[in-house]
Amino acid sequence: MSKFLNALTASAVAATMLATPVAAEKLGLGRTATPDEVAAWDIDVRPDGLGLPEGSGSVMDGEELYSEKCSVCHGDFGEAVGRWPVLAGGQDSLTNERPVKTIGSYWPYLSTVWDYVHRAMPFGDAQSLTDDEVYAIVAYLMYLNDLVDDDFVLSKENFLEVPLPNEANFFMDDRADGELKEFAKAEVCMSDCKDAVEITARAAIIDVTPEDAEARKAREAKYSAEGDDAAASEEPAAEEATEEQAATEEPAAQEAAAEPALDMALVEAGEKVFKKCKACHQVGDGAKNRTGPVLNGVVGAPFAHVGDFKYSKTIREMADEGMVWTEDNLAEFLAKPRDYIKKTKMSFAGLKKEDDIAAVIEYLKSFPE
Amino acid sequence: MTVSFKGKKPSRRAFLKGAAAVGGTLAGAGAAHAAGDPLITEVQPWNNELGDGVDVNPYGKPSEFESHVKRRTVEWLTADPVSSINFTPLHELDGIITPNGLCFERHHGGAAHIDPAKHRLMINGLVDTPLVFTMADLMRFPRENHVYFLECAANSGMEWRGSQLNGCQFTHGMIHNVMYTGVKLKHLLEEAGVKTNGKWILPEGADASGMTRSIPIEKALDDCLVAWKMNGEALRPEQGYPLRLVVPGWEGNMWVKWLRRIEVGDEPWHHREETSKYTDLLEDGTARRFTWEMDAKSVITNPSPQAPILHGKGPTVLTGLAWSGRGTIPRVDVTIDGGKNWHEARMSGPSLDKSMHRFYFEFDWDGSDLLLQSRAHDSTGYVQPTKDELRKYRGTNSIYHNNGIQTWYVNKHGEAENVEIS
Repeated sequence: MSKFLNALTASAVAATMLATPVAAEKLGLGRTATPDEVAAWDIDVRPDGLGLPEGSGSVMDGEELYSEKCSVCHGDFGEAVGRWPVLAGGQDSLTNERPVKTIGSYWPYLSTVWDYVHRAMPFGDAQSLTDDEVYAIVAYLMYLNDLVDDDFVLSKENFLEVPLPNEANFFMDDRADGELKEFAKAEVCMSDCKDAVEITARAAIIDVTPEDAEARKAREAKYSAEGDDAAASEEPAAEEATEEQAATEEPAAQEAAAEPALDMALVEAGEKVFKKCKACHQVGDGAKNRTGPVLNGVVGAPFAHVGDFKYSKTIREMADEGMVWTEDNLAEFLAKPRDYIKKTKMSFAGLKKEDDIAAVIEYLKSFPE
Repeated sequence: MTVSFKGKKPSRRAFLKGAAAVGGTLAGAGAAHAAGDPLITEVQPWNNELGDGVDVNPYGKPSEFESHVKRRTVEWLTADPVSSINFTPLHELDGIITPNGLCFERHHGGAAHIDPAKHRLMINGLVDTPLVFTMADLMRFPRENHVYFLECAANSGMEWRGSQLNGCQFTHGMIHNVMYTGVKLKHLLEEAGVKTNGKWILPEGADASGMTRSIPIEKALDDCLVAWKMNGEALRPEQGYPLRLVVPGWEGNMWVKWLRRIEVGDEPWHHREETSKYTDLLEDGTARRFTWEMDAKSVITNPSPQAPILHGKGPTVLTGLAWSGRGTIPRVDVTIDGGKNWHEARMSGPSLDKSMHRFYFEFDWDGSDLLLQSRAHDSTGYVQPTKDELRKYRGTNSIYHNNGIQTWYVNKHGEAENVEIS
């Protein structure tokens, strides 16, 4: 810590910023925060342990919690699913061409893990963990990073005893000592600066940029010196025609559908409840599979109906038995996902309120396939 | 004419439209021999029929012909759109101000929607009196207006290992420049009374990521703002409505959105966004922390891969943006031959501290290949380095703070590509 303070002092001097607060006239606005209010919001934790609450949790308990609440994104061993953050491993990889920055290989302080899990995890259900659960998950993350054995119990008391291995490899911004000096040039070359120029790297070869044909066409119509007639004049006409068609056809289509009417108030309530699901599931136009499958048309669809999604074995077996999602079984599933489908990959704990379940099902019904 | 309508009756406007179409055909036949551009010699529909009344769009929108001008994301960059980023379409903009709806978004737990009546700002920690403010309280403090750029530290972060994304929207679009209205953070801190051992602040967001960053008290008391307006109107939800922190010249991640709390402490907190993220890993495996200031940088926005030259050879306008977290940009140099020869660009528009600056270079394009670069000079004398000069200090794994000179290769068809050159 003293090393850090030294570095900090040096930098503060270098930065030549204002030093002390100036006493000023107060306006008397706002009100005093109550101790309970401060306690409710002041949840941050520092490397020296300031802010840690009483409590403890074991690696064993942490494993269970982690597999239930974290593994769906971070993988069973912290190796991560898709592009979610890798949490374990990567030791000695920081000088590699592709470093793996994990808690064990990169993060300087364990307190950061505690603070972050407590304030922002699980993704989509932030601040739902108890203090003991956070201690347990952090203990398990330490275990995954080979920092403790499987019988370890992390508590407020022993929190500072296991430092993270990479702490010493961080240092205060020192751009001012090197690059800023070199890049502050009194004179720059303006003519005949080099003889030959070669292209050494090209983005087109890598080809990872999303295409936007619409934008390209719009720009061509607007800025092109020639040939704007074809692009500019024909298209709006075509668009108008389809609009008119749509206008006359729509009522008929609506009649034909004759779906049972949705309770729009309930749909609206369901949209709010669905926020809990959004971390993993998408619905609506352009929805794609994420951590969970697209949910368009799920009510009334056979189990595992999204062809390109990798469902758990259990749900695939249920699909083979001809199971179909109804409002009833969906309600049962949403109340306790793991009870209804053993070993489902969905790590969501379930919706506690029946009203919420009914609302979210109504919301899902508003997205027919 | 008998037409049966299901549902709505034909509107007066639709009727007029039909009449105009008939009239148009007649006019077209009559004007068949007129010489010249039919857009001039013939009466156009918008010339003839009535336009929208007031209140068709009570909150105005851009022209339908500009619908392609939008923020765009790169899906493969992040695991999920809720914790992700999209990019400002710099190639479609001019001047120095970014329109609110085009300011790039970066959320860590989605964009929160907060009723301002239910929003509170708390100041606690090493203060004489911990305070709670409502939005109404904050409006009673003296206000200031400032134009500042906000650049994500990861802007151009995908380009460390070489040219990757083809378009300045993607290579440089994690930036916007707007005018903020708010109260100086200094006033709020003084209201609570910072204790003499208060050396750091920890702003915290009210969103599901509970974003936090440690900021030294010197910066907090210098030019930070607690803002509720951008470009004159309320902050957009995706920019932190109803309240955000403004940390001029420093990396965007520190500009905490949905700001609900500021704690004063005697040491930094080393939270996730200043340890695991936003630290700059160097080639030897050590990492810089607290690299707050954004180095001077520039980019040519036209021509660029998404904005090719479509008009052929002849008079051509080259334009771009430059900015520095340490001051103003008195000068930008431009080259069209890959750095053999440079020309001082023409600066246009206000030159404001820690704000974007607009530059132009007009030239007569002979239709040959071009290698375009811009090089910013800031008011401290710092000159934007080449990517190779920067890599000497940073290696290729630092992700953040890539302010190296960008090159666009333009071929004889006017098409532009992101390249690197010797």
